[in-house]
Amino acid sequence: MNQQNLPLFEVFIRSSRGLDHRHVGSLHAEDPAQALDYARDVYLRRSEGVSIWVVRSSDITASQESDVESFCEPMDDKPYRHATHYKLPKEVDNM
Amino acid sequence: MSPQKEALLNYCIALGDDALTLGHRLSEWCRNGPFLEEDLALTNVSLDFIGRARMFYSHAAEIEGQGRSEDDIAFLRDCREYRNFLINELPNGDFAFTMARQLMVDAFDMGFFTGLAKSGDPMLAAIAAKAVKESRYHLRRSQDWIIRLGDGTEESHERTQNAFNQLWGYAAEMFEMADEEQKLVDAGIAVDRSALKAEWTSTMHAVLKQATLAIPTDDWAIGGGRDGRHTEHLGFLLAEFQYLQRAYPGQQW
Repeated sequence: MNQQNLPLFEVFIRSSRGLDHRHVGSLHAEDPAQALDYARDVYLRRSEGVSIWVVRSSDITASQESDVESFCEPMDDKPYRHATHYKLPKEVDNM
Repeated sequence: MSPQKEALLNYCIALGDDALTLGHRLSEWCRNGPFLEEDLALTNVSLDFIGRARMFYSHAAEIEGQGRSEDDIAFLRDCREYRNFLINELPNGDFAFTMARQLMVDAFDMGFFTGLAKSGDPMLAAIAAKAVKESRYHLRRSQDWIIRLGDGTEESHERTQNAFNQLWGYAAEMFEMADEEQKLVDAGIAVDRSALKAEWTSTMHAVLKQATLAIPTDDWAIGGGRDGRHTEHLGFLLAEFQYLQRAYPGQQW
């Protein structure tokens, strides 16, 4: 078997109940079922989690470096979108 | 030592030998696996078996109470004193052979350890309860691989079929009971392995069918492992495995 021909999968692990799945790395496998088995062997050897997600890397649509300007930067001049922009009434101690 | 205690001691050692020989064979795949992920998975399984061997040997050492340790039992016995089923000591062959053997052993282990988890010996029951969880995962892996390989390319199909043809006769001794072991069954300690054959056969038939493989013929059988009669391969395995303790007795690092 040639590893070059095996699709790449991204692995997400939930470390304990109530928390979110977090990206921990990637691996090669023939299909999603096998990827799940390998994720167990590669990333869960020391009881790192309680749940695994795997997703084909090619199924992820990611933003590009060139998108940064239009995606992220316009937020900087809209301070009213942040909670800290607003003065809180005295009665509210903490937000 | 009472006859029952001695039978229990031999029983623990035999179960440890099964686990150790197969665990050692699987460890030989370390850095030789077909690709990184499978290499890690195979060695994980190997460690499960070596862990089992340790538990069985330390229980044996405790039953014996003569000051022998788990290491003494593993490293200081020769071929004729090893009691493992022959299937576990066979060389790995190609990947198809390794996985075909694994499927046969995993399917057996599932039934066996499920039974042993109800043993009247609390330590054996506890070891078995842990082993069942491991074996369920091992079986899932070996089943999956056999279906992939059997129902894969022409070459993988042929190699897998050859592997089962070469291995099939080694299954017989997994279901043959000795008198001493039967007495432990009567005492509620051991598992009646002869009763596991029907379920094992139906599991194997189902997987092989799905893998588009033919069921090999039942016209030959080799046994003797539980009596210390082994293939020529065990000597080489032990030579490598025991070399350090034999050459430098008591060496630690």
